[in-house]
Amino acid sequence: MAFVNMKTKEVQAKIVFYGPGRGGKTSNLEYIYSKFRERIKSEMVSIKTHGDRTLFFDFLPFDIGKIMGYDVKVQLYTVPGQVKYDATRKLVLKGVDGIVFVADSQVEQRKKNVLSLKNLQENLSTYKKSIFKVPLVLQYNKRDLKDVPLLPIEVMDKDLNSQLKVPSFPASAVTGHNVVPTLKKIISATMASLQNVLK
Amino acid sequence: MGSNYDDISFSEYTLGQEQLDGIEAILHEDLVESGVNSVLLIDMAGNIIANRDNGQCDHDVYSLAALASANFAAVDTMAKLVGEQEFSLLFHKGENENIHFSKINPEFLLISIFGKNVTLGLLRLKVTEAIEKINRLLEK
Repeated sequence: MAFVNMKTKEVQAKIVFYGPGRGGKTSNLEYIYSKFRERIKSEMVSIKTHGDRTLFFDFLPFDIGKIMGYDVKVQLYTVPGQVKYDATRKLVLKGVDGIVFVADSQVEQRKKNVLSLKNLQENLSTYKKSIFKVPLVLQYNKRDLKDVPLLPIEVMDKDLNSQLKVPSFPASAVTGHNVVPTLKKIISATMASLQNVLK
Repeated sequence: MGSNYDDISFSEYTLGQEQLDGIEAILHEDLVESGVNSVLLIDMAGNIIANRDNGQCDHDVYSLAALASANFAAVDTMAKLVGEQEFSLLFHKGENENIHFSKINPEFLLISIFGKNVTLGLLRLKVTEAIEKINRLLEK
């Protein structure tokens, strides 16, 4: 539900980072914020608990310049990953135009990734959206971890991407590895889906 | 729309220039000229549709819109949990600035930021008038 302002030639699109708790959604936004600080005019907004866990969402507006003559602003959001915050998670998904699913590469998080992806599918369906149609990119985060067993990429692909068949990136939100390529991919997929309207 | 995107998307939000001009005029004449500092028309996803202020505001309107739509959605969900259709008055009072939320229709919200020079009663009256005008314009 991007908003196209024909008068000011401006497009606002909503991209949501989804995934299991402590998977690195907020870290993705923090990396993007630090990397592009001079281009982001406002402060990153975070609604979090005292324990530094996302309570409602993080928000980062990002001006990506002109596409097809339109000034494009992407609004980056994260959802709270913890299972108990499903009501607020659902609210953040309203009007979503593109999704990055941030999966946790640790072996012990394998089940949580699958459950969170299933939860995404369910929550999208309440807005009559299909996970197979919405622009989606997978990110296999925490590839930098050395001291804990990690799932092989092939296993994560099989678990999460065997049916979806969407672009996926092994990444590290903490070091920044593949964070920007993930973002670029979801922006281009989202813009492609909006293209027909912008002509 | 292409087949790679869901049907319910944004054609209904793509307002024409004439409608946007009309909305901006209503926001200015009915609210800003009545003393409201800043007024935002946003959609429930947090996008800004129109924004008018008295020229002295320097708010981060994109963050305001994101937070306002989320706040409204949270309060609306709370209303349903306690068996209400909706809470009709949504208002936050500060020492100098106040924020008033008003639903225009299921998709749009009007956010008014006002100071001590406007009473809540006057604001609610003006907001109700503006919403009626906006709805008439959107129906066209």
